[in-house]
Amino acid sequence: MIEVQKLTKFYGSHAAIRDVSFIANPGEILGFLGPNGAGKTTTMRILTGYMPATSGTAKVAGFDVFSESQKVRARVGYLPENPPLYPEFTPLAYLDFVARINGVTRARRRPAIEYALEATAIEDVASLPISTLSRGYRQRVAIAQAIVHEPEVIVLDEPTIGLDPKQVIGVRKLIKSLASDRTVILSTHILPEVTQLCDRVVIISRGQIVADDTTDSLTASEDLEQVFLRVTTSDVAEDEVAAAEHVEAATNGTTSAMAENNESDVETGDDAAAVTADNGGGK
Amino acid sequence: MSNIWALASKELRAYFLSPIAYVVLAGFLLITGFMFWNMLAQFSRFVAIYSSMQRPDMMQQMNLNDMVMTPLLGNVTVVFILIMPLITMRLFAEERARGTDELLLTSPVSTLEITFGKFFGAACFLLVLLGLFFVYPLVLMYFGDPEIPRILTGYLALLLIGLAAIALGLFTSTLTDSQIVAGVLAGGLLLMLLLISWPAQAVGEPFGAVLSYLSITEHSSDLMRGLVKVEDLIYYVSVVAIGLFLSQRSLESLRWR
Repeated sequence: MIEVQKLTKFYGSHAAIRDVSFIANPGEILGFLGPNGAGKTTTMRILTGYMPATSGTAKVAGFDVFSESQKVRARVGYLPENPPLYPEFTPLAYLDFVARINGVTRARRRPAIEYALEATAIEDVASLPISTLSRGYRQRVAIAQAIVHEPEVIVLDEPTIGLDPKQVIGVRKLIKSLASDRTVILSTHILPEVTQLCDRVVIISRGQIVADDTTDSLTASEDLEQVFLRVTTSDVAEDEVAAAEHVEAATNGTTSAMAENNESDVETGDDAAAVTADNGGGK
Repeated sequence: MSNIWALASKELRAYFLSPIAYVVLAGFLLITGFMFWNMLAQFSRFVAIYSSMQRPDMMQQMNLNDMVMTPLLGNVTVVFILIMPLITMRLFAEERARGTDELLLTSPVSTLEITFGKFFGAACFLLVLLGLFFVYPLVLMYFGDPEIPRILTGYLALLLIGLAAIALGLFTSTLTDSQIVAGVLAGGLLLMLLLISWPAQAVGEPFGAVLSYLSITEHSSDLMRGLVKVEDLIYYVSVVAIGLFLSQRSLESLRWR
């Protein structure tokens, strides 16, 4: 359960997000969409207790992210956009460490690690140094890290990036199964993934929520792409043309298209400032 | 407490999974081994000279503590100032460069636990280093008869200097995501603490006393001669406390950027 109310975060004088409010219920997968630099990562970092908001409140699993940060952090599994891995460790040692600092007791640790290894299908590389693994494996080790302590709330920032189509299908299945009794927030650029997985969609653009509805009613009269374009590119016509190309590329679902999408998004100018502010400020 | 141990053992494991541990240990033993051999060679040369001169009175004054161990420990202080930054520079700068700080700071561990975990992890590595360094007194004990308690207080001095260096190096490592910057800052800080007492006599009282009190070596010389004084212990404990306090504050401030 996640309740976000009027969350605002300033980096210096630049507002990364402004008055963001939404709710995610248990058993629900919430798709968190938006162009690069719209404030997705900032919102997720606040929800996971990485940094406090400038104003507004957020409750995760019944606890306030600021005043009860430790309790929130114990109940949230978080996959940041850059997989937080120790390359010299093996997945086994790495997951053991993550489980320990997340308070998994000695008795429960072994089964917890086995569960995470199995769920992400990385058992066969569990004893190899992470530095020797392919990108797809690394991404899955990072996902295993987010679920090893069996959190109530799971926040995934672009979980399927860098995976091959088969692995993408596997991870989507995993996310679906995780959501049965948990709350999952899924940030992604891949729109078909949202229509497939998410019960509800929140679209954020330039730091503000521009759409918040169930996936079914959002896509009742038009495609999710069309909705996404309409709400995120309202004013600039140029932007719209560029964005249309991106989304077309993105719907192919391939990673190379995604990379292209990321690059050209920065070039479109309007979002570029937000992107740099987000990246720079977040470090 | 279990969090601190989890973090400390992860740090220690990381040292030995990367080449740093082996390079630092090998380099340290090579340099100190050379120093030890040099001291011992001088010692045996003097013994040879005095015995050929038939001077039993001079022979009486020759001892392994004064002529080998104490000067060796004193020189190692300087070596420490060179190598401790290599051990501490990665402690947090590496986490920031890899983005793993996001993992630590979103886990249910406090910044104080992270600080202590990192400190104890590096301290365990220091113990390994000092343990290997103990091979030299063992050699002396096998061939001669040095005073063991005095050697032990000398090791205590090195341990305290090392812990102080770790606490300060941990702090500089939280300031940046560049290991090199963290290492240079730590090295500079330690060198300053070594040099600070040099102008003590020129500036006169009362500032001279302040400068020599701040010196990291000033407080180790008595320990290395076998004299344990509370004021010296307080000095090292204070430096460690200040370093850990600043580290924790600095980590906490990362959240507010």
